[in-house]
Amino acid sequence: MIKFLSISSILFLALSLHSCSDDDTPPEQINEEEVITTLVVTLTADSGQAIELRSQDLDGEGPNEPEITVSDNLAANTMYVGSIQVLNQTVDPAEPIHEEISEESDEHQFFYTQGGNLDLNTAYLDFDSNDHPLGLAFSLTTNTAGQGTMTVTLRHEPLKPNDGTLSGAGGETDISVVFPITVE
Amino acid sequence: MHRIISVLLLAFSTVINAQDCSFKFTGSILDQHDDSPLSRAIISIEELNATTFSDERGTFSFDNICNGHYTIVVEHAQCKTKMSSIKVKDNTTKILRLEHHYEKLNEVIVSGSGDGFNQTVIKPTLSQEDIALGSNQSLGAMLSKVSGVSGLSSGNSIIKPSIHGLHSSRVTIINAGVRMEDQEWGAEHAPNLDVNQANSIEIIKNASALQYSGDAIGGFVIIKPQRIPIKDTLFGKARWTAQTNGQGGSLHAGMTKSTDFGWYGSLEGTFKGYGDFEAPDYILSNTGMRSNSVAAVIGKNQFKRGIELKYSRVENKIGILRASHLGGAQDQLLALNSEVPLIIRDFTYDIDRPKQEVVHEILSAKGYIKSRVLGKINVRYDYQNNHRLEFDIRRGSDQNKASMDLSLITQSISIDMAPVSNWFSNLKLGLGGRKLQNSSDPNTGVKRLIPDFNRYDLGAYVLAGKALSDDLALEFGARLDYSHIKAFKYYYTALWEERNYGSIYPDFVIEDLGTQTLTQPKFDYLNPSAALGLNWSLNAQSTILLNLALGARNPNPSELFSEGLHHSASRIEIGDLRFTSEISKNISAGYRFQNNKVTFSIHPFLRFIDRFILLEPTGVQQTIRGNFQVWSYRQANVSLAGMDLDARVVLNQDIALETQCALVKSYEVATGTPLINMPPVNAINTVVYQNQNLPAFELRIESDHTWRQNEYPNTNFEAFIPESQSFELVDVSTPPDAYHLMNLEIRGQLKNLGKSKTILSLRVNNCFNVRYRNYLNSLRFYADDLGRNLLLSLTTNF
Repeated sequence: MIKFLSISSILFLALSLHSCSDDDTPPEQINEEEVITTLVVTLTADSGQAIELRSQDLDGEGPNEPEITVSDNLAANTMYVGSIQVLNQTVDPAEPIHEEISEESDEHQFFYTQGGNLDLNTAYLDFDSNDHPLGLAFSLTTNTAGQGTMTVTLRHEPLKPNDGTLSGAGGETDISVVFPITVE
Repeated sequence: MHRIISVLLLAFSTVINAQDCSFKFTGSILDQHDDSPLSRAIISIEELNATTFSDERGTFSFDNICNGHYTIVVEHAQCKTKMSSIKVKDNTTKILRLEHHYEKLNEVIVSGSGDGFNQTVIKPTLSQEDIALGSNQSLGAMLSKVSGVSGLSSGNSIIKPSIHGLHSSRVTIINAGVRMEDQEWGAEHAPNLDVNQANSIEIIKNASALQYSGDAIGGFVIIKPQRIPIKDTLFGKARWTAQTNGQGGSLHAGMTKSTDFGWYGSLEGTFKGYGDFEAPDYILSNTGMRSNSVAAVIGKNQFKRGIELKYSRVENKIGILRASHLGGAQDQLLALNSEVPLIIRDFTYDIDRPKQEVVHEILSAKGYIKSRVLGKINVRYDYQNNHRLEFDIRRGSDQNKASMDLSLITQSISIDMAPVSNWFSNLKLGLGGRKLQNSSDPNTGVKRLIPDFNRYDLGAYVLAGKALSDDLALEFGARLDYSHIKAFKYYYTALWEERNYGSIYPDFVIEDLGTQTLTQPKFDYLNPSAALGLNWSLNAQSTILLNLALGARNPNPSELFSEGLHHSASRIEIGDLRFTSEISKNISAGYRFQNNKVTFSIHPFLRFIDRFILLEPTGVQQTIRGNFQVWSYRQANVSLAGMDLDARVVLNQDIALETQCALVKSYEVATGTPLINMPPVNAINTVVYQNQNLPAFELRIESDHTWRQNEYPNTNFEAFIPESQSFELVDVSTPPDAYHLMNLEIRGQLKNLGKSKTILSLRVNNCFNVRYRNYLNSLRFYADDLGRNLLLSLTTNF
């Protein structure tokens, strides 16, 4: 009996001692590896004029909202060549995620959706290994002047080929940014 | 197989055949506590069907006994029945000690195993046969057949038991004496245990079982292991199931060996494997699962002392419906508006991402010693390791990496005793300590949703029972728990500032890292809990139970620290450091009636929970991936009321009717807003046909009706949709319609082979392949629930 109680008190002691020998070093910070912080759409006209559409959100899913900027108004009746950069700027140097997208082109597709009083035509200029559209490069042609929004959407694992609409493509939304656009 | 048969033959052959039948077997029956003689005890020799009584001096005698091994059963009105084995090879005398006092209360109990407490609540129990026939099921699915218990699920393989609508950290699961610590805070974290290792499962629907914990304000699920007799025997079980839905099955086998000297050992294992499950009209892609478990026990059980060592391991790999993995409000709207899941593929056994892989290991060492003064003293140490991996759809080099890699190591030690008291009929005191260490692997490349933390718990309790008269017994319990939690958490600086944590908890900040801030939150909680109950036998048939329980629960890590995207729910969840403990005050009553025609029980309850922690939508967050709904935790006073009803009426010797019904209503006290995810009213009616000529034959026709949940909080929100250039309503709160399922089961006993008992059953679930969605299944937004399933099961005990 005595032996039994002494064994159990030793066990208790062992556990409480163990609790004291605690490690006070903070764990490693985790940098989000695949978070997309930045989307840069560069529209270049034949004249050489370049307009930059940018969305940047350095805390990813954190509470800060993305900052959306458009460097200039677009000119009416003009064709622009668009190219897209996707970056993770939580790491230094920034990680070019568009390279991964390009490598996995058959699992991705960009969509350009216009709204408001805009009259734009867009067309894909790059294609995946099965010749289905990808959209890191595209052309954008303005017609009459107007104001509205253009939404750039990136879908991961969409249905490919699809009918070109967001609802038809399905998949998972990796990027969805609404840019205010003025064509004058 | 040959080996098993030869081992079996060996076991049978221990019955010695050479006969000499002139021996005398005598003995005396004594009270274990003070060696006083017990008169009028019934002593039976099972093998001979012989019975006698003990006299005033506690002595008894049997004449003309043959040599050999026998099983002696001693029953006494105020004691627990004792089984013992003897070997007769000469005139034999044996002293048998019974635990007297134990259990005045046991007389009024349906199932009186365990420590004799918790007799003042209606306590539904699943028997070994229920468990054997549901061998393929998870704990959550099995318990949802009990009135007042429902399954809160994420698909058909991840099911948590929810008692009167309360679940997760509010329900304590005790698995063979060990409190399960398996990151139960997440709604999509199902308990990691194998029901096949249980001998019985008991449900206590309030916080009154204070010997286990003080914070189970929803209730307890108590999984009891098999009891091993002290005799020379070898027995085993085998269970096999195969089913059409999921095109898979399960296999379980176990063997136990025990000896006259009290040594015993057992080994058991289970394997389950399924491919994609199916709704009535389509395949639920990526819902397959694999599960395996193993348990080994070795111990020595003597009357005065015992020791046991046990190891168990459960591994689950569960696919999550592919169509439920979404990237924000746009995708959510698209999925909600679609009649069928957006991704349907061909049937496969492969499990792809998204998926969960969880391993849970338990190592327990325990011992007991019986003393005259302190009663039975139990000491135990338990080690648990829960390792959870969650895989999402990822891009590039991260594709095969887990998005969550959490390890929770729990060590606990406890001691309890049941001192002899002149004043109380039974008494129990206990003390326990525990340490939890949670850590995550930073290689996931995904910000931790749950931070690394250590938690220390210390608890002490006292339980007492007193029989006031032959018909009236009282129970009382009190408990005090102290907890200290210390975490390291990287907060988004913007949130840290927005919540004003900087000025409330200036000491927590270690370093400002720009967009993130490293903090070390530390909290202490001291929680009292108590229970008081009575058990009043009105007559031989009816009993009234009344129970008051006070429970207190600390906020869990998810409620305190959550801050970020919860991928499986496609929403941002935010906890709050300022939370204090939830306090639950529960009153429950029970009325039980039983005669040879009718069994009836009704269990109404009323519960007030102060500072109940709930999760509700508080806004929409704009990110580069579009809109996400933000859900924040909040504390509010709530009330719950409800009733469970069970009845069985025997119409004639062939036919019986069974019915069960459960109802719960719950509201926020201040606003009258209903609580989310509360079970809708459900009623199961069964016609049971038995045939006296066929052993264990039963035909069951089951009607399972679930009404629509009409009381729910509105958690809808609006999201911007580029195509229509407008904000559209995302309806994430309207519950699905009522549904009615018919199930059929036929079971019967196969012809005996030696000692074995084999039951074959065929069960059809959802006979009419009804399309339905279950309010408590978080995947109801994306797909219908399971279609028809034919399940064949064979279970044998040998």
